[in-house]
Amino acid sequence: MLKVENLKVEVDGKLILKGVDLELSPGKVVALMGPNGSGKTTLMMTIMGFPRYKVVEGRIIFKDTDITNLPVYERVNLGIGLAFQRSQSIDGVALRTFLKKIAEKRGVEVDIDGIANEFNMGDFLDRFVNKGFSGGEQKRCEFLQLLVLNPDLLLLDEPESGVDLDNIKLIGKAINKILKREVTPQTEGTDSERCVDKWKLKSALIVTHTGYILDYVKADEGYVLIDGRIVCKGNPYEILKIVEKYGYRRCERCV
Amino acid sequence: MRVKSVDLKKVGFDEREVDRSGSYMQVDSEVVKCGVKEPGVYVIPTKKAIECDEYRKYLWKALKEDPSLGDFSNGYFIITEPGKKAIFPVQTCLLIEDSNIQHVHNIIVVEEDSELTVVTGCSSVPRKGTHIGVSEFYVKKRGKLHFMMIHMWGEEVEVYPRTGVIVEEGATYVSDYVCFKPGAKIKAYPTIYVDRGGTVVVNSMVMVSETSNIDLGTRVYLKGKGARAEIVSRSVSFGGVSITRGHLVAEVPGVKGHLECKGLILKDGSIVSAIPELEARTRDVDLTHEAAVGKISEEEIEYLMARGFTPEEAQSIIVRGFLNVDVVNLPESLKEEIDKFLELTTEGI
Repeated sequence: MLKVENLKVEVDGKLILKGVDLELSPGKVVALMGPNGSGKTTLMMTIMGFPRYKVVEGRIIFKDTDITNLPVYERVNLGIGLAFQRSQSIDGVALRTFLKKIAEKRGVEVDIDGIANEFNMGDFLDRFVNKGFSGGEQKRCEFLQLLVLNPDLLLLDEPESGVDLDNIKLIGKAINKILKREVTPQTEGTDSERCVDKWKLKSALIVTHTGYILDYVKADEGYVLIDGRIVCKGNPYEILKIVEKYGYRRCERCV
Repeated sequence: MRVKSVDLKKVGFDEREVDRSGSYMQVDSEVVKCGVKEPGVYVIPTKKAIECDEYRKYLWKALKEDPSLGDFSNGYFIITEPGKKAIFPVQTCLLIEDSNIQHVHNIIVVEEDSELTVVTGCSSVPRKGTHIGVSEFYVKKRGKLHFMMIHMWGEEVEVYPRTGVIVEEGATYVSDYVCFKPGAKIKAYPTIYVDRGGTVVVNSMVMVSETSNIDLGTRVYLKGKGARAEIVSRSVSFGGVSITRGHLVAEVPGVKGHLECKGLILKDGSIVSAIPELEARTRDVDLTHEAAVGKISEEEIEYLMARGFTPEEAQSIIVRGFLNVDVVNLPESLKEEIDKFLELTTEGI
């Protein structure tokens, strides 16, 4: 699904990612962990393609296509969807109108009222996008947009930040819905046999500090990013336990 | 009808008069349509109306008489019966085809406890011309007037409206103004007088083109206790000059007013000024304003790009929202037209 090769990225002239390799197979969920300022968000934003994040070396392959130089919206059309840590409000644009536009753009028909009600956003459809929304409401709004966008690769930048436990649960539910995990639980090794189109199996890359979200979304693999380099790879739940106990310093020795 | 190449739908005029309680159309100085379908509403050419003393008394009462303007060719005179709540709007249309100067005098009288909506569209065929529209509106006790004006002028047309509105006790005046494809020059500063418990809401959205110089304002005198006014103006400049003014005057205690002027610059070479003015002449008044001019934030564009929109589409969505296209109750045909206009003008910015 996604392959990041020796990725070096500069932000405002400063080298942040210093050669990152990462692979995400169809149907897999990868948790990306690491201390503040290690480059996790930069990796997300670079995969999404924002111009501020300048690739100086390496490449990003998505569904066998080199997307390193594609504009953001083309990556979206290929099936990448990002849940921002901080969302933007759009004055004068009703959420309902906006979701309709997204659906139109993706060429899909969506029961907007249905999914909005499912995620407690029914009352927000006639309000302006994110305008005056609380932290939890903004997050729910973010996932409502992603549910309409229906991406094959979900990039989640700290989905649990600034959100209470009830909302984390709801967000976990939304992620599983997008990943279609609630319907067909994945079992090891049978993915390609069960599915004719291998990209139908959706994947996610989740940046998390606390790991709370991993109580609701099962992660298959964990990566630890420190100072722009992947230093550790393994069972995400084991990594979390070690980090909780010893901090990220222990991870540096992992490689 | 002798209308040449103006698509009337775009200025809100339905020639088949579906869902309209009456219509008035004037081309240059000639009245080409004038009639009503709904009882209790009257639409008369102003020249004819003022032959009657009862109607003549409304001439130059909301505005100071200005002989320098010279004689007017005609205009519409619309009046309701007391208590009449018109189901459908009256539509009016003033077009410039061949003449150099179109001078009209319009009067709307909404009688006590009566409600009326007027949709007026002004447009022009030639590249040159001057439109002078004098308008006097009277909203009597507990009456309600919703006035929607759509301007779509030729590139070199100059427009100088004069408007005076008297809002009596407990009455409501709502004005929605949309101007896209503005003329070369528009200068307008309507004045509204609001009595006790009266409410005024003025919304305007202006899309300023490269060649235009638009100076628009609204002045409201809050003259009676409990009078309220809200003025919201939004202008987007594609290279021209846009000045939005607002002036709220609180004359007695217990009045409330809010003024919001916002401008967005999309192209270099634009000049956008927002000039809000608050004037309190007594204690215990509540006057506020909010003014902002600037450009679209990069973060907002990127947010929309991450939802699959191209930078051009993202810009158009933001501008549309900024202009409140969906908030103000515009005819669908006009919304579509604004969308088309925005798509064209935001390309390549």
